[in-house]
Amino acid sequence: MSAARLVERLIQLPLVLFGVSVVVFLMMTLTPGDPVEIMLADQRATEEQAQALRRDLGLDRPLPERYLIFVGNALTGDFGVSFFHRRPVFDVISERLPATIELTLVALLIAVAVAVPLGVAAAVKRDSWLDRALTAAALFGVSLPGFWFGILLILLFAVQLGWFPVGGRIPFDAEVPWVSGFLLVDTLLAGRPDAFLRALSHLALPAITLGLPAAALLARVIRSSMSEVLAADYVLFAEAKGLPRRRVLFLHALKNALIPAVTVLAIEAGSLLGGSMIVETVFGWPGLGRVVVEGIFARNYPLVQAAVLLYAVIYVTLNFGADLLYAALNPKVRL
Amino acid sequence: MSAPLLSVRGLRTVFPTRRGPLAAADGVDFDIAAGEALGVVGESGSGKSVTFLSVLGLIRPPGRVEAGEILFGGRDLRRMPAPELRALRGRMLALAMQDALSALNPSLTIGTQIVETLRAHGIPGDPRAEAVRLLGRVGIPDAARRLGDYPHQFSGGMRQRAMIAISLAARPRLLVADEPTTALDVTIRAQVLYLLDELRVEDGLAVAMITHDLAVVAERCERVMVMYAGQVAETGPTAEVIARPRHPYTRGLMESLPRLDQPDRPLHPIPGQVPDLAAVDAGCRFRNRCALAVAACAAPVPLRDVGAERLSRCIRAEEVS
Amino acid sequence: MSASLADAAPLSPTALALRRFLRNGTALVAAAVVVLAALLAVFAPWIAPQDPTDADLFRRLCAPAWAAADTAAGYWLGCDSLGRDILSRLIHGARVSLSVAAMVVCIAAVIGTLAGLAAGYFGGWVDALISRLVDTLLGFPYLVFAIGLMAMMGPGLHNIVLALVLKEWIFTCRVVRGETLAAREQDYVEAARALGCSPGHIMLREILPNVLSPVLVVATFRMAYVIIMEASLSFLGLGVQPPTPSWGSMVSDGREFLVDAWWVSTLPGLCILALVLSINLASQGLRDAFDPRLHQSS
Repeated sequence: MSAARLVERLIQLPLVLFGVSVVVFLMMTLTPGDPVEIMLADQRATEEQAQALRRDLGLDRPLPERYLIFVGNALTGDFGVSFFHRRPVFDVISERLPATIELTLVALLIAVAVAVPLGVAAAVKRDSWLDRALTAAALFGVSLPGFWFGILLILLFAVQLGWFPVGGRIPFDAEVPWVSGFLLVDTLLAGRPDAFLRALSHLALPAITLGLPAAALLARVIRSSMSEVLAADYVLFAEAKGLPRRRVLFLHALKNALIPAVTVLAIEAGSLLGGSMIVETVFGWPGLGRVVVEGIFARNYPLVQAAVLLYAVIYVTLNFGADLLYAALNPKVRL
Repeated sequence: MSAPLLSVRGLRTVFPTRRGPLAAADGVDFDIAAGEALGVVGESGSGKSVTFLSVLGLIRPPGRVEAGEILFGGRDLRRMPAPELRALRGRMLALAMQDALSALNPSLTIGTQIVETLRAHGIPGDPRAEAVRLLGRVGIPDAARRLGDYPHQFSGGMRQRAMIAISLAARPRLLVADEPTTALDVTIRAQVLYLLDELRVEDGLAVAMITHDLAVVAERCERVMVMYAGQVAETGPTAEVIARPRHPYTRGLMESLPRLDQPDRPLHPIPGQVPDLAAVDAGCRFRNRCALAVAACAAPVPLRDVGAERLSRCIRAEEVS
Repeated sequence: MSASLADAAPLSPTALALRRFLRNGTALVAAAVVVLAALLAVFAPWIAPQDPTDADLFRRLCAPAWAAADTAAGYWLGCDSLGRDILSRLIHGARVSLSVAAMVVCIAAVIGTLAGLAAGYFGGWVDALISRLVDTLLGFPYLVFAIGLMAMMGPGLHNIVLALVLKEWIFTCRVVRGETLAAREQDYVEAARALGCSPGHIMLREILPNVLSPVLVVATFRMAYVIIMEASLSFLGLGVQPPTPSWGSMVSDGREFLVDAWWVSTLPGLCILALVLSINLASQGLRDAFDPRLHQSS
């Protein structure tokens, strides 16, 4: 990617964010059914109450105006009130988001930690059994329904072997004061290594469910970019200089092979974010995805709307971050 | 003549292809003495690069050196354990490549790429100071400040010289220079070649100069080795070989090239095509393009002594003129 | 170039591709599995041994035939928590998976192809508009987008199809746009334009036939993904509603009984995996058959 392409992406970013906000707005306004009716369906509301709610939600105004109000509120962190929780949506989300981010980050870490050595090994030994196994694993990775994989892991490692808890994030007796919202951090800050280990054991299965299929895919990407790089003249030249094999592989080759992998990694991170909704449901992980799924059945529209917008903004930002990182890693792109 | 620095006998390097094994180098014999410059000429695909990558032990799988003896300082590199050969690479045998842009790692600084070579071979002294000295020696101005530059920040000529500085960093005894000056302009080319001459005289560096450029060979190399279709066609003192070729291919090669001293001489490209290396027989490989070919050329032709330190793989060597 | 090829071999590119596909053993077996699943889905009412909605608490969670001695006879794969026959529910579940996937992929392919043709051929503001729309939709994680729409529209077969189509068309669109941009520069398009053919004629008669094989390959690959998406939505309770059986909701139903009745959750998941894997393998075979170069470079 050239510097010009980067500038193009920089201009695109606000456009895409604008588009995303419009789509989220339309999603909630143009869909069939009157939201007020649905929201009040379970309560015997009078027509006046319905009118009042409509006015409160601004539903009586023209669409463009409603959109501007929506965006204006969103920019100030005002996503309305979650009736179900009787609290501002913003508070509910900021309470749940760390759990989702923690899960996704650890899954990403697992994906990278598994994919890099396997991808490199498969590239070095092409057409070996490892290479073939990796090809098969990548196919399984894209064909495996995540929710079912999670259930299999629960069945084997939690129910049968009892190595890990069935679900949840941390037991009550290991709770620690909220500092960052990331339990792996907070337990250590609280000086509770026991709680850290218990948090880790709760995190293990969901993170593996999320991370392992992604690892298979990522390993394939690294394998192909690595085999391309291994054929490059500069790898031959590095070997001709008599450098240790490790340095040739992991510095000269891998540093260049990882540049295209970073883009894939960011896209993977985004799909992990989507997949986390499923995994959180399977494992009873108290993150944003679970609260959204619950919110759907509670007809908690402001919460769902805010969460969808948030997921999309994170996703778009991640993709943009990948382009920046690509540019930063690649010395040929100078800003 | 004392024992040569490098002595290669019966080298055969094979690459498997869909149509069967392809011997890119097949029965190659040659010697290089310390401080000597050997020119290696031949068309692309003649096996000159493969021969020297085999010497360096850098043939990539699935290709492999199938047979032969590669004696360097009296030891057979083919029988040497991999770590030992690795330690020798860069330190004793070095490689300079045709295109520095692709030979230098785009994501590491020039400084890193020199210093790592010095460190890998435990060269004493401050590696940074030595790196600056090396870059200065190949004529890169303000070398201390350019250590932090990436290859793409160097100009083409500077890159090529920096690459040669890296190759020579650990003071090897033999430099395999694969078309090292093709991409350079005339002044810089002269500079690089002069540097190599200097090192040969001062340090006894031996140079194997792989090139298309007969002019460079004529000017810089005492001896020349002409390769064709994976075999040595002819070797001998350069001036002798050019004046009186002892192989029809050498002669054809020279007639196909323009000459500065006779600009109006008509050029005669060699008719026909290089044979398919996956489908050659034991006979002379040039006979399908050769004006002197006779029935006996279908029998195996050894590299034989044709006098005055010259070898030729032609049964009618004496008739070539 | 295409003319000289045609002279050398009388077979059309499609026939050649078909021949390559038929020589690919793995892809052929995979395709057979997909066809089998489709037949099961179409003839489900006649094939299924039991009524998939027939509940009987006496058969509650009875084990598959091979797993225990005291199971209900004729219920080969056991029963779920309401005593419904799992085998019959699996066979009927194939209907939901395959019909949703087929509908989504077909509709998305048509919309995506038309949008891609228009964007690639007209360029300018048409392209800018369509491309920005594609960029915007790419800005949503797939599942988040589908869940958001399903949340608003409510569950149900038609809404699933609508929600997935709204995201799915962009994948075809991107491919077709690229192919159209390339085709625009070709001589046959130039010639058609010089002859005064209308843009509609050029797009549909000249360019469209040349983008059909990539569209087909993309569509088959996407079908695998759509099946997983439908199953995921059903798993979350946003899919077809009970008592209609779908594989995703069957997995979800069995979660509470993992300890006592592992088969309730695992068997439908296995079906999803087998079907998706087969579609992916068949798609790979199809891609390699249509574009042998891709196979070598990968």
